[in-house]
Amino acid sequence: MGNEIVADGAYEIRGIGVTLLRQMPAVISISQLTKTYASDLKALKHIDLEIHRGEIFALLGPNGAGKTTLISVVCGIVTPTTGTVLVDGHDIVREYRAARSKIGLVPQELHTDMFESVWATVNFSRGLFGHAPNPAHLEKVLRDLSLWDKRNDKIMTLSGGMKRRVLIAKALAHEPEILFLDEPTAGVDVELRRDMWALVRRLRESGVTIILTTHYIDEAEEMADRIGVINKGELIVVEEKVGLMKKLGKKQLTLHLLEPLASLPLELSDWRLALKLGGSEIEYTFDGREEQTRIPALLRRLDELGIGFKDLQTRQSSLEDIFVSLVKAQSDHPWSAPLASVPSPSERA
Amino acid sequence: MSTAADIRRFNRYGVLAIYRFELARFRRTLWQSLATPVLTTSLYFVVFGAAIGSRMGAVDGVTYGSFIVPGLIMLSVFTESLNNASFGIYLPRFTGTIYEVLSAPVSAFEMVLAYVGAAATKSVIVGFVILATANFFVPVHILHPLWMIAFLVLVASTFSLFGFILGIWAKGFEQLQFIPMLVIAPLTFLGGAFYSIDMLPPGWRTVSLFNPIVYLVSGFRWSFYATSDVGVGISLAMTLAFFATCLALVWWIFRTGYRLKS
Ligand SMILES: Nc1ncnc2c1ncn2[C@@H]1O[C@H](COP(=O)(O)OP(=O)(O)OP(=O)(O)O)[C@@H](O)[C@H]1O
Ligand SMILES: [Mg+2]
Repeated sequence: MGNEIVADGAYEIRGIGVTLLRQMPAVISISQLTKTYASDLKALKHIDLEIHRGEIFALLGPNGAGKTTLISVVCGIVTPTTGTVLVDGHDIVREYRAARSKIGLVPQELHTDMFESVWATVNFSRGLFGHAPNPAHLEKVLRDLSLWDKRNDKIMTLSGGMKRRVLIAKALAHEPEILFLDEPTAGVDVELRRDMWALVRRLRESGVTIILTTHYIDEAEEMADRIGVINKGELIVVEEKVGLMKKLGKKQLTLHLLEPLASLPLELSDWRLALKLGGSEIEYTFDGREEQTRIPALLRRLDELGIGFKDLQTRQSSLEDIFVSLVKAQSDHPWSAPLASVPSPSERA
Repeated sequence: MSTAADIRRFNRYGVLAIYRFELARFRRTLWQSLATPVLTTSLYFVVFGAAIGSRMGAVDGVTYGSFIVPGLIMLSVFTESLNNASFGIYLPRFTGTIYEVLSAPVSAFEMVLAYVGAAATKSVIVGFVILATANFFVPVHILHPLWMIAFLVLVASTFSLFGFILGIWAKGFEQLQFIPMLVIAPLTFLGGAFYSIDMLPPGWRTVSLFNPIVYLVSGFRWSFYATSDVGVGISLAMTLAFFATCLALVWWIFRTGYRLKS
């Protein structure tokens, strides 16, 4: 978890990379997409979204938010009610062949065949997407996912985590340029999760664009370049992760005082301070948008006032804090601009 | 990144993948798939051919045992085609693996070609196996072998298309069984598979002419013995009309995404 304040320099360097990504043309562009299911349920409401080539995009949202529906529309499994989706410039309806052949999909549910072998099923997937057989590529995919030893096993004899790998192998069988991972780490053990993220990074390095959904926000925080938050079918935020955390994240400075204070001196009223633990700690909460010079100024002022401290600690709200408050803000006030509400860091000691 | 084969016109690897997948399913259950029709056919011959057939006169100049061979083949081809094709598409819907086919660059035509083609292939094979089995019991002559094959393939394709529609329409396994059991089997038995409709009283004969199966069986039997209940031209026309109706239904299904996509 990103509890510590990361040196701002690091932000800047990663920020440049993200900025470069942003300037590349969109590999997927979704405009005014709505989906109303037959049950009259509006699963997607006027979604506008551009996915940049080569990025890792994390789509976050509570259960039933519309993540899977959005992915399913782009992949051609669900027909949109209105709106258009272009995949690498190809309309998903009119030029579905060109659009779909670029995409690999790992579905949320473990939909696998039962009696086929692992080897047969990855060959099937490759053929299905219009590619000539290529045993060497499939061997590489299976080895990357530690499935090579299992290639002759029937899928139904594999464990859940192994089946998840098989689905990933199937999605990679036709060398897609875009990979959708719908909750790839649900029900997956720690080791496989690490393997999976390592694989995702390797894929990204080879130029594959990755769109993933997850309920483990720390994963998104660690992996993603950009974050989209969807709630009740509405895309409420799309931001570079770094920028999002800077803009909406709160930081907290705690000073452990040498001598407890009875009350805060008037001279400190410029800062949003709170006295904690019977006056032995001062807590300063500020958000990423505030001027960076305010901490040194605060420390100088304390020095002038003769308030000494023996230790200091900083904390930063995690993406999870931001996510929870964004979703909550939208649910509480569906018509208010989500960015106006500033989340507070949860207590994590 | 390697370039995809040119699939702008026709995704032949995709069609082959589905076709092979379906035939592999067939191979896994090879024994049941072939043993059932062979056993049933043998039983029919024991009962109708030897036990009852010996007391029946020739029909249209053909001994009763030989007369029922085309009808028996048709009966199996109907049920095999329906079962294979309906199961072939229902199963992935049921297990959810259909997502992959729907997300693949495979056109509706290619999908139908692969699924229906595989189901029809299997039932044509079954048809030939029954023909071979029948040959053990009774003399079988095929006067128009090319027409015989043409009718067999056409009927197998038609019923596979019909089965494909059934597999898309069905909401549960019972419904998959429902149509073959309650519609096709009675229509086949009443459709002149085991008798010439000329043997019926005039009223029933007229009723029989509303049964599409009559035309299929009649045409197929004509290719064996050159005798038929209705003119072979009419049989062919009816078979083609049936085929076209199923095609139109499938076209509608894909146009609307009916029960395949939400
Ligand atoms: N086939 C369908 N028919 C009708 N409603 C559907 C269908 N599929 C999904 N929905 C509804 O659409 C909404 C969005 O569902 P979706 O599966 O996209 O959510 P999600 O964000 O993926 O949720 P989760 O995190 O639980 O996977 C839900 O309210 C769901 O009940
Ligand atoms: Mg989902």
